[in-house]
Amino acid sequence: MAFLEIDHLRKSFGGNAVVSDFSLDVAKGEFLTFLGPSGCGKTTVLRMVAGFETASGGTIRIGGQDVTRLRANQRRVGMVFQSYALFPNLTVAENIGFGLKVAKCPAAEIRARVDDMLQLIKLPHLAGRMPRQLSGGQQQRVALARALANKPELLLLDEPLSALDAKIRVALREEMRQVQRDLGITSIFVTHDQEEALSISDRIVVMNEGRIEQIGTPFEIYNFPRTRFVASFVGTLNLLDGQVVDAAAGRFRIDGQEVVAAGRPDGAVAGEKRTLALRPEAISFRPGEPGTGNTLNATIEEVSFLGAVIRIRARLAEVTLSLDIFNNPHAPPPERGANVTLGFTRADLLVLEPSA
Amino acid sequence: MSRASSASRTGAWIAFILAAIYFLVPLFATVEFSMRMIQGQYSLEAYRVVLSDPNFQATFGYSALIAVLTIIAGIILVVPTAYWLQLRLPRLRPIVEFITLLPLIIPPIVIVFGYLRLFNSSSFLPLTASERTTDLLLVCAYVTLSLPYMYRAVDTGMRAIDIRTLTEAAESLGAGWPTILFKLIFPNLRQAILSGAFLTFAIAIGEFTMASLLDRPAFGPYLQLIGANRAYEPSALAIIAFIVTWACMGLIQLVARKPGGTP
Repeated sequence: MAFLEIDHLRKSFGGNAVVSDFSLDVAKGEFLTFLGPSGCGKTTVLRMVAGFETASGGTIRIGGQDVTRLRANQRRVGMVFQSYALFPNLTVAENIGFGLKVAKCPAAEIRARVDDMLQLIKLPHLAGRMPRQLSGGQQQRVALARALANKPELLLLDEPLSALDAKIRVALREEMRQVQRDLGITSIFVTHDQEEALSISDRIVVMNEGRIEQIGTPFEIYNFPRTRFVASFVGTLNLLDGQVVDAAAGRFRIDGQEVVAAGRPDGAVAGEKRTLALRPEAISFRPGEPGTGNTLNATIEEVSFLGAVIRIRARLAEVTLSLDIFNNPHAPPPERGANVTLGFTRADLLVLEPSA
Repeated sequence: MSRASSASRTGAWIAFILAAIYFLVPLFATVEFSMRMIQGQYSLEAYRVVLSDPNFQATFGYSALIAVLTIIAGIILVVPTAYWLQLRLPRLRPIVEFITLLPLIIPPIVIVFGYLRLFNSSSFLPLTASERTTDLLLVCAYVTLSLPYMYRAVDTGMRAIDIRTLTEAAESLGAGWPTILFKLIFPNLRQAILSGAFLTFAIAIGEFTMASLLDRPAFGPYLQLIGANRAYEPSALAIIAFIVTWACMGLIQLVARKPGGTP
């Protein structure tokens, strides 16, 4: 049975639906990420799970218990905020021990638990400091320790890395993931950064306009996006407008040239438009194998040498494609303006669901 | 270029010196006059007379007590109100700001006449019937008078510390309202509350109109009485009141710089 069950959750502000019909099951110990652009409702869902917003409809169950109507301080849910939210009048140790003190734990127990937490975040020497004397990364680690000190059943992380600079962000996200694995605590992480989501999640929930677009592992989300939104938000896929030629055979026309996809456009009729997606690294300069591949004729428009990877922009007639090839010192990339043949397999050409 | 900047600097200095003269000459004249009680020599005789006057001690003590009560009542009224507004009812903020500014717009004489009409001894709530209840009325009146300063100080302090997220963080750690208010909000607003408190003290200690019309033995009416009947003592009293006010301002500065409060 799922540990966290969110069932038909809704939220509207005034007459404005911010979250509509959101259902999700999260397994115990899972690290789940809500990914989406700002305003997609991901933070609102998180805040409803935390108890900071009241749901307009639907239920939230944690460990089988219905918490939909419980107050935030009755839910045993730890939260880490983007702005750290450390209490400025308390020391690092007092911040971490705050929840235990509220729960009226004996002083000796609090001290032991705070020490454990300081070890966990590798900052035992900073116990007596005030929050303003710490760097952003240190503050966020203390906030994590504070959220974990009470042994919550669920850990919620609301864009915890957004306020940090890039280098610390990468180090800290790995550290957070490690701590989460060590403690086996069920966690929901909210971010708008697709790289962050892909790198640390067990599963990703891609959200748009208050709805779930797709749920899957990072591998599934990146390689097999189901909708145009997911494809455009995650990674750097080529999105192509294809005209259905023969739906049953998976044949499409792109910019006057015909291609075949392994997938089928469900319920489409000839002449209808569908979005096709093609990853830049799936394209090569060899013609596709007859029977399993596709071939397109194109003109090279731009070549950017990025080191290990060379990023090339090629034009069909109207449409441009971007493709990545690995650098090979023995095979220089084509010149700008050269006419080339592009090849890719039928399986790599994804047929996306029409947007709702 | 440098000539232009030195010319503008000279202009600034002239403006500064003129302003300083405008403020300092009357002050100096008052100090000088207050020290001429004994003819032919400078002395602190006027100060000695004033400070040893039992009425001075009684009225100053009374006003100080009323001021402290005003501060306590003001904090209890303003801090939870500002907190609640910020957190739950931000839409009402303009209305509350307007209300807190009213005491600056309506003259105290109008307010106190309103009180006398509402709370006189033959009214439904005869607060002026006894001395203690009149003191209560005076405290309420001073809370009103100091509202613009107290509210503004506390509100500014709250905006500086992201009260909403701190509240949510505390809630997610299991804390209830009393804990949040007394362990987090009050300590983090210490500086703002103290600024408001000192301003309130400075207002309440020398207030004349309300204390006089409610017939309370406060420092303001005493100042007026001495001023009307004596020659040198009023100047000494003015200087003492001036020092008390500046001591309050100085304390605000001191508290503002002390580590441990909000930066």
